[in-house]
This record gives sequence, structure tokens and C-alpha cells, in this order.
Amino acid sequence: MAVLNNIQALTHALDLAMEKHQNVIVYGEDAGYEGGVFRATVGLQQKYGEERCFDAPIAEATLVGTAVGMAINGLKPVVEIQFEGFSYPIIQQLFTHVARMRNRSRGRFTCPMVIRMPMGGGIRALEHHSEAMEAMFAHNPGLKVVIPSTPFDTKGLLLAAVESPDPVLFLEPTKIYRAFKQDIPDEYYTLPIGEGYKVQEGTDVTIVTYGAQVGDCEKAIEHLKGEGKNISVDLIDLRTIQPWDREMVIESVKKTGRLIVVHEAVRSFSVAAEVIATVNEKSFEYLKAPCARVTGYDIIVPFDRGEHFHQPSVQKIVVKIKEVLDYQF
Amino acid sequence: MYFDKFNALKNEKLQIMDNTGKILKPELMPKISDEDILTAYKLMCLSRRQDDFQNKVQRQGRMLSFLSSTGQEAAEVAYAMQIIKGKDWFSPAYRNNAAWLTAGIPMRNIMLYWCGNEMGAKTPEGINVLPVNIPIATQYSHATGLAFAEKYNKTGGVVLTTTGDGGSSEGEFYEAMNFAKLHEVPAIFIVENNQFAISTPRKKATKAINFAVKGIAVGMRNILVDGNDFFAVYGAVQEAIALARKGEGPSLIECETYRIGPHSSADDPKVYRDEDNHQEQIKNDPLIRLKAYLIAKKKWSEQEQTKLDAEQDQFIKDEFAWVEANNNVDLKDIFAYTYEEMPNFLAKQYEEAKAFFEAYPSKGGHH
Repeated sequence: MAVLNNIQALTHALDLAMEKHQNVIVYGEDAGYEGGVFRATVGLQQKYGEERCFDAPIAEATLVGTAVGMAINGLKPVVEIQFEGFSYPIIQQLFTHVARMRNRSRGRFTCPMVIRMPMGGGIRALEHHSEAMEAMFAHNPGLKVVIPSTPFDTKGLLLAAVESPDPVLFLEPTKIYRAFKQDIPDEYYTLPIGEGYKVQEGTDVTIVTYGAQVGDCEKAIEHLKGEGKNISVDLIDLRTIQPWDREMVIESVKKTGRLIVVHEAVRSFSVAAEVIATVNEKSFEYLKAPCARVTGYDIIVPFDRGEHFHQPSVQKIVVKIKEVLDYQF
Repeated sequence: MYFDKFNALKNEKLQIMDNTGKILKPELMPKISDEDILTAYKLMCLSRRQDDFQNKVQRQGRMLSFLSSTGQEAAEVAYAMQIIKGKDWFSPAYRNNAAWLTAGIPMRNIMLYWCGNEMGAKTPEGINVLPVNIPIATQYSHATGLAFAEKYNKTGGVVLTTTGDGGSSEGEFYEAMNFAKLHEVPAIFIVENNQFAISTPRKKATKAINFAVKGIAVGMRNILVDGNDFFAVYGAVQEAIALARKGEGPSLIECETYRIGPHSSADDPKVYRDEDNHQEQIKNDPLIRLKAYLIAKKKWSEQEQTKLDAEQDQFIKDEFAWVEANNNVDLKDIFAYTYEEMPNFLAKQYEEAKAFFEAYPSKGGHH
């Protein structure tokens, strides 16, 4: 066992992946010599050489476009995009080729790859460094979208992403890169893509969340306990946005009758919208209150001085839990 | 041999044969057998006749819009015939009919694709040709990645890719070549400059003296060739491939040619092209040139041409008949290739669709 934060868990997982799979190639802007803007790839070039871990020119479209060619030709590219807010130039390759090559060629050519990028706010960053666009990626059939919330999950899900026969977008909540540490096993292990994780069991309300907001939700639940409120929460960390664990969520809502979805991404056409629509389709008759969501507003992510208004804070979650529990038809 | 002699910055153009089929520079003739020249010529004819046939059936509503290679056959056949099947790769554009046929894609696949069926894009095993690339210049990045893997795995293959003159305006055109040159990967980048990007003439697309010079910015060897001269294209590509195989990195080759037909069967070039220029340009038709060359060498005759035309017409008709008889899509097929394994939620959507279409059968095609 080693005590690691999320970034260290990432580096450790990439190291194991490169050791085990000779076809893994890690590259991105500054990802080689320096080890990436957050040092996720630190030491890999020194250990595996410039052929397998290198700095790429600042040209995001081609970072992913070359990965298409590499993957079709037997390599397993793991591409780092510096921030999700800089992912827009990759969208053409991602949506027109990465997501579609298997379907277009009826299975003759596939392009399994991992595209890693820091996502989300709360890090006092500049413009374009705090976006959370998971819904946009998840909206495109053919891609898998993963967002880990702990070092243990980061390692297991990244190794699963490397082994995935489908392309995976691996979105890393920047806010929790170094926020806390966790004991994680030294050996190679994977976690299933598509399965949620029950952080805690409860009976009064289901909270569905992922990424940096898992911690916020835990704090909100603690806060309510501190207020002397005896509230029993079924807290689900989705871990995977596409595919997401519909069964776990539906089963939970059938038990609790109440649902709150929490994420920092903007509200409209969001993961929350999708989860709530699905719950309405599959378990409407179990609901004791309208499904609710705590999300970012439908606005451009504010700069640092205004960002606290936008982020789903512990307090916002606390207030929403109370509203949902107090709701009377 | 060629790359050193022709300076694109001075707009020097490699041309070996003139537009009457006369060899102007015998000392520059590439190594190619008479048999291969004849094979190439027949492929050029086949692609041209296929284009003509498809134009007809498209107008009858039996095919969707497609992009014809008419006028560009010399370039496409000359580079594609040098791809070693199963070893080398071709990352095509959307206008590559002659190249696909030459690289071994069955004609029925191409027709099936333009008839709106993904099965046409399923390249047969043993042929490393990526499917039609509808976005512009993204295939250049794919070529760079494919070539990177060839170099990494030391498998010895080379990668050919092509785009139009319009494609050279896209950022990825430059980005991919920059990456390729940095890693000295075995890729050959071709620009089929056919003078138009849909209706935008070459002069309104760039102030560069030609497209070959665009390689200079990334440090890539480059050459401008007469794209209607089969021997010029063949020679330049032959040299580029040899250099790539020796580990000497990528090359950029501009083939200056002319799109005789429309951009796609959906547009009318008479609206935007200059008729006098058009009449001048079609005098350079690559088929006429190579045919004249072969006849002068007594390797070909009008009688043989008549026989070949009839054979090819029959073949094209038969292929299309097969396509019309086999252009079906199974409901499951539209779900099956989204992921390696169909996830649960998608399997449920498939069951939902299946139940629906069993209750309310779909006739297929457009309704």
C-alpha cells in the first residue's frame, strides 16, 4: 500500500500501464520532459524514453488525430490535453473520427485511446481552465467518459481506460488533484467502466454525483448531522458518465423516493437532466418529491472572483437536501 | 533524383511527358515496366467510366451524391499503385475513386458507400485503406499517427495520404506535417491540387506560389509535379517512398491537376468556372496523354480500347447490380458498432427499436 493523492495515483497508474503494455504511448503538450502542467506524467520519459513519452507541439487537433492513426495501427495512445477548456480543437477529430471509426468501418478499424484532461473549477485559474463539459462528450455515441473522485478510483479507472477497446475520455477534477491522500494498493488493478460506487447507504434521499462534488456532498451530509438532523442519504458516485449506472440509480430511487443530482457543469442538457429524465421514465411512481439538481448556472464559468457563486457549494447542497425532504405534494 | 532538382520556391514543376503523350525528358523517366503502365492506364479508364456511370445513376435517383475523380486519375493511380497491399497504408480524402480502385478496394464497396451503406466502408482484410474521410485534412493527422506506429513497431510500412488544394487551408494540414517531420515518420503527404475547393478557385484560397512550398515551413522536403503526367507523379512518389523506407522521413508532393467534373454530383461547375480556361485545361486530360503514349509505343490500339470499354462497362453494370441487390441494413447493424460490446442501456434501446419495427415494419430507405 502507498499513500497517494490523485496526481500521484495517476502517475503510478500510467507507470504500471507503460510497464505492462509496450504499445502505450504517452504524449501531450509538456507531457514529456517536464511531466505535464500538473506533473501527472512526471518521470515517465526518464524511465521509458522519448519514444514512449514525449512533448508534442501545441496543436490539439493533431494530438488526437495522430492518436487515431496510432490506435488503428496497433498502439495505445494516452494523450494529455492541458485543460478541458482547451479541448475544443480536438472536437472535430473526436466526434468525426474517434467516436465513429468502429461504426463507419463496420468494425474493421477501431481507435481505442485514452484522452486525459484536467476538468472543473475551484482552482483559482484563468479563463478556459475551469470548464466542465462532460455532457458534451457524453452526448456523442462511441465515446466513454470517466470522472474519478478518489486516488483509488483514479488508478483503477485509468488502467481500465487503457485496457478499454473503446476510446475513453478521462476527465480529472483539478480541484482534487492534491486535495487529499488515500491508501491504494501497489499492484495493477482495474475498476469497471460503467459502474457507480455507493459511497454511503441511506433511505431518505438519493444523491447522485461525481468528481470533485463527491467530497462536497459528503461534507453537506456531515453538516446536516452536525445540525442534529438525522438524515439517511444514499450517496452514489457515478464514476462513469457514459455509460452511467442507471440500475444503481433507479434501484436507489425506488428505495428512497427522492433524488438530487449534484455537479458543477451547467444545468441545461446536463448529466443531471439525463439522470432525472431516466428516473422519471423508470421510477416515476416511487417519487415522493420532484427530482432536484444542484448544478452550475447556465452561464460562462465566472473568473476567480465570481466563481464561488457558480460552484455547487456545501451550503447549496445542504439547502437543496432540506427542500427535497420537506417537500409536500 | 527529383526532389533535389525542382525548387518549388521558384515554381519549378516536374514534368516528364507533355499533353500529347510525348516524353520530354527521357532521362527523368521513373523505373516502371510497360506492363505496369498498361495496368495503370486500364485503372484510369475504369475509374473514369465508373464516374460516368455513377453520374447517370445518380441523376436517376439510384445513388446519393458522390465525388468523382474525373481529371485526377493519373495522380491517383500513380501513387496508389505503389502502396504495398497489407504492408503500407492509405489515408484517403473523399475524392479518391481511382486511388481506391488501384489500392484494391472493390468497386462494389465504393458504390455501396455512395449509396448510403456503411458496409461499403468496411475495407476488406489485407488492405490497409482507411474509409472515406469527409472532414477536410483530418486524414493528414491519421496518416502521421499510422506512420508513427510503423516507425515505432519497425514494421517497415509507409503511409500515403492526400487532400485537395482546399484542404491545405485547414490547420491540421500544417499541424500533422509538423508532427510528422518532428518524428521523421514514413509518411507521404500529397496535395491533389485540382484548382477548386468546391467553387473557391485556387487563387482565392492562398497567396502561396504553389502548395508544395507549404512543406517548407515545417522543414519537409517537397516538390511540385504535373499531376496529369502519370510518369511525373509516379517518379516523385517512388522517390518519396524509397526515402521514407530508408528512414529519411516524410515528403510533400503537390500534384497540379484539374477537376474536370463538379465538386460533387450536387453542384454545377458552370456557375463558377471560366469556360475558356476549362477548354484549355481539358486538353491536359491525363487519359488522353497516357493513351497517346501507349499507342505511340505500340502497346495499345483503338481496337483494344473499344474492347476494354465494353468489358469495363459490363463490369461496372454488374457491380452496381450487385449493390442494388445487396443494399440492405439490418436494424442491429446500426447499434452493433457503437462500442466493442453493446452496453446494457444501448441493448435496451435496441430491444425497444426491434419491438417497434416488428409492430410497425419499416420499408427501408427513405420514407
